[in-house]
Amino acid sequence: MKRREEKTRFERRSFLKISLLAGGGVMLGLTTEHQAVAQGRGGPPAPPPDAHNFIKVAPDGTVTIMAKNPEVGQGVKTMLPMLIAEELDVDWKQCKIAQADYDESKFTGQSAGGSTATPNNFMPMRQVGAAGRALFVTAAAKTWNVPETECTTGSGRVMHKASGKSAGYGELTAKVASLPSPDLGTLKLKDPSEYKIIGHSQTQIDLKDIVTGKPIFGIDVKLPGMLHASFERCPVLGGRVVSANLDEIKKLPGVKQAFVVKGADFPATGIPLRYPDLVDGVAILADTWWQANQARKQLKVQWDEGTAAAASSTAFAQNADEMNKKGPQRTLRNDGDVDAAFKGAVKVVEAAYSYPFISHAPLEPQGATAHFHDGKMEIWTNSQQPGPGRRGVAQTLGLQADDVVLHMVRGGGGFGRRLTNDYMVEAAAIAKQAGVPVKLLWSREDDMEHDYYRPGGFQYLKAGLDANGKIVAWQNHFVSYGEGEQFVASAAMGATEFPQRFVPNYALKSSVQPLGLRTGALRAPSSNAIAFVTHSFIDELAHAAGKDAVEFRMDLLNQAPAVAAGAALPPGVNAERMKGVLQLVAEKSGWGKKTLPKGTAMGVGFHFSHQGYFAEVAEVTVTGGNKVKVNKVWVAADVGSQIVNPSGADNICQGGIIDGMSELMNQKITVEKGRVVQTNYHQHGMMRMAQAPPEIEVHYLKTTYGPTGLGEPALPPILPAVANAIFNASGKRVRSLPFSDSGFSWA
Amino acid sequence: MAFKLNVNGHTSTVDAPADMPLLWALRDILDLRGTKYGCGIGQCRACTVHLGGQAVQACLTPLSMVKDQPITTIEGLSADGTHPVQVAWQEIDVAQCGYCQAGQMMSAAALLAKNPKPTDKDIDTAMNGNLCRCGTYLRIRAAVHKAATLASAAPGTKSMGAAPAMRNQE
Repeated sequence: MKRREEKTRFERRSFLKISLLAGGGVMLGLTTEHQAVAQGRGGPPAPPPDAHNFIKVAPDGTVTIMAKNPEVGQGVKTMLPMLIAEELDVDWKQCKIAQADYDESKFTGQSAGGSTATPNNFMPMRQVGAAGRALFVTAAAKTWNVPETECTTGSGRVMHKASGKSAGYGELTAKVASLPSPDLGTLKLKDPSEYKIIGHSQTQIDLKDIVTGKPIFGIDVKLPGMLHASFERCPVLGGRVVSANLDEIKKLPGVKQAFVVKGADFPATGIPLRYPDLVDGVAILADTWWQANQARKQLKVQWDEGTAAAASSTAFAQNADEMNKKGPQRTLRNDGDVDAAFKGAVKVVEAAYSYPFISHAPLEPQGATAHFHDGKMEIWTNSQQPGPGRRGVAQTLGLQADDVVLHMVRGGGGFGRRLTNDYMVEAAAIAKQAGVPVKLLWSREDDMEHDYYRPGGFQYLKAGLDANGKIVAWQNHFVSYGEGEQFVASAAMGATEFPQRFVPNYALKSSVQPLGLRTGALRAPSSNAIAFVTHSFIDELAHAAGKDAVEFRMDLLNQAPAVAAGAALPPGVNAERMKGVLQLVAEKSGWGKKTLPKGTAMGVGFHFSHQGYFAEVAEVTVTGGNKVKVNKVWVAADVGSQIVNPSGADNICQGGIIDGMSELMNQKITVEKGRVVQTNYHQHGMMRMAQAPPEIEVHYLKTTYGPTGLGEPALPPILPAVANAIFNASGKRVRSLPFSDSGFSWA
Repeated sequence: MAFKLNVNGHTSTVDAPADMPLLWALRDILDLRGTKYGCGIGQCRACTVHLGGQAVQACLTPLSMVKDQPITTIEGLSADGTHPVQVAWQEIDVAQCGYCQAGQMMSAAALLAKNPKPTDKDIDTAMNGNLCRCGTYLRIRAAVHKAATLASAAPGTKSMGAAPAMRNQE
């Protein structure tokens, strides 16, 4: 078998570790791939993964591969084992996939966020498979007393041609158990031309269980003697329980226990930037969840609502306008001389954009099952970040982290909501107090009213064009939420955000106002809002310059200062890669080459996030009454040299497009008197089947860069692509999300 | 109150309040956890089951309304995944998180039982109440067509819709 050293190009920036949950927004740091895996967890760098922990072969030849990361619908339970199976040289059909429990000492980093599963694991998981293969080769060579180099493998067998000997992995498994896992660095990996599993579509591993209704989700966990819990929280963040009519509640049908849970302390002066996971509340435990939740409707709690009761969306918007008039609090970036460039500009365009808070709203509401026994807290969770969850449970309940045992179960959607672990900490606190196994389930209303919301924001933009229609100056006053120099979670903007470096005079300035809501990462955090603003405004500039929207963007991408040969590329957009996907999407969509009927038009947008390059075109028809039909979407993606599971990849890309369109049209969370107004899906609209575009074409531009993820970067460009298409079709430029606020709706 | 429920061809007695929605009797009492809770107000239809052969939202159906109508849940389409809708869902690799899919499939099975060869528009109309947060609509649409083809290619091998419960009713 032909084997080779891996020569894939990794850009330095492909190792940027993005910490989604940092209080100050997004933290960036250069790391190596192994460190990136380790640092996601904190603590010392993890040892390299041991093949024995991932691969078990039964004497009958059945191969069991451990899937290490949380599965919330991104397909990682299928994708990561595919990498192992490929290099282990077994048939995919031979493999059983088992979900690993949380144990990073055995499995290395276990989290789901930032589209990191592919870039962080593409090498180490293949190495694990290759190490497994090497173990079987060693065992066979020893048994037959032949050189290992004369042995070959295929379909889970080791062969020795000269002697005609052959053995299945199952026959060798007893011997393999006593062999140490080889040094991963010494292993030769397959040439991609030899791949039989990687790059070939495999259906999702849990699919049969899903279609037959097996109880595989977090909500389905059941333990003997378990009670069902519903938990009442203060409608205002940070409110404390003063009193509750617990005695009456305990008498209601099915109710077994009712008690107050004391939340973590926080400063009396206001809402901190990082809010504790456990809030004050009242737990009601019953034989069925419905009875617990029904009893909650009779619950009367007197709350001390605290300072966040003053928060209101109307005030946020008024404050932002006043802050803009006053001028920015801080300068995040100041390249060239923006003021001078504006004076010299032939045309100056100004626009104010805004976007609201939105909720993650995964279809499976939050919850977890917990059982405190023998001094240990055992939890069944679908957290996207079980490690921080375990630490949170331990800290909150005064336990050692090792005494918190986590079983990972499938999540009914994540989208970033399960990166925080509030529901897990709640379930553990309730179970410890109750003394029985408890399944906590949030109602849909709980889920929508107590989210870590995608932060809203305001961007006051100004750009100058020269006589050739080239952007010579760009200024953004970004008004967000936070305190002093800190942004609330996921509410920051990077100082190298596009078009920084592509426009010679570039200023990014910011102001923040206090909030009183919990915020967090929503699929493509920051980017999901920034792409809408940036590429809608770039479109305005293209029109002001009288240029074609694709050509104008291509010109802009060509404006990046040259990087000296051999020098590291600066952070941000790699112009060549972005030009590649922009050109591809223009070709595939027939951009500028089609005659479309009146009221029908195309729009374009691109965005770089989570190491992925995406350019997208939408064709929309706008009919009377601002009814929008998206006829077709074209996606061009550069996520490196290899798509691991094409079926999963296409599905995720198409889902990202539909998700982004939901955000564009109908999603908005508002606050009045500190309370979230929206309670359920009827007030936070998601795209439905009849509204979805009939076709979403996905094209991958294969490049020599290392493979990266696409769950997140596929989403951001669709918002401006549709927004720009709507403008081109109707002449209406909408600068504020969601579009339903401006009278638009899906046809 | 005691209610006799005919679920997937089996009759069970459930002791629960009359206003308890069928969803929670299925999930928390009868241990049929394939039917999912998503919103509780009929907005997402993750809880879709068949009641007397009709697709209904189990979260809005109190036990008092069930009476003697047979109930089919996702577990009752077929235990081994051989119902045409289940086969099609696997062949098309529809699911991402998979949480809404039980409801999607029950809506699809009810549609196909009435309309064996639905058009895209028929599918959109019948399935528009079922939310998919992951956005797998294009594959759902393709899988409904696929299921229609599979069912017509092998007529009589698996009836569409509420097969076990209907059989029991006979």
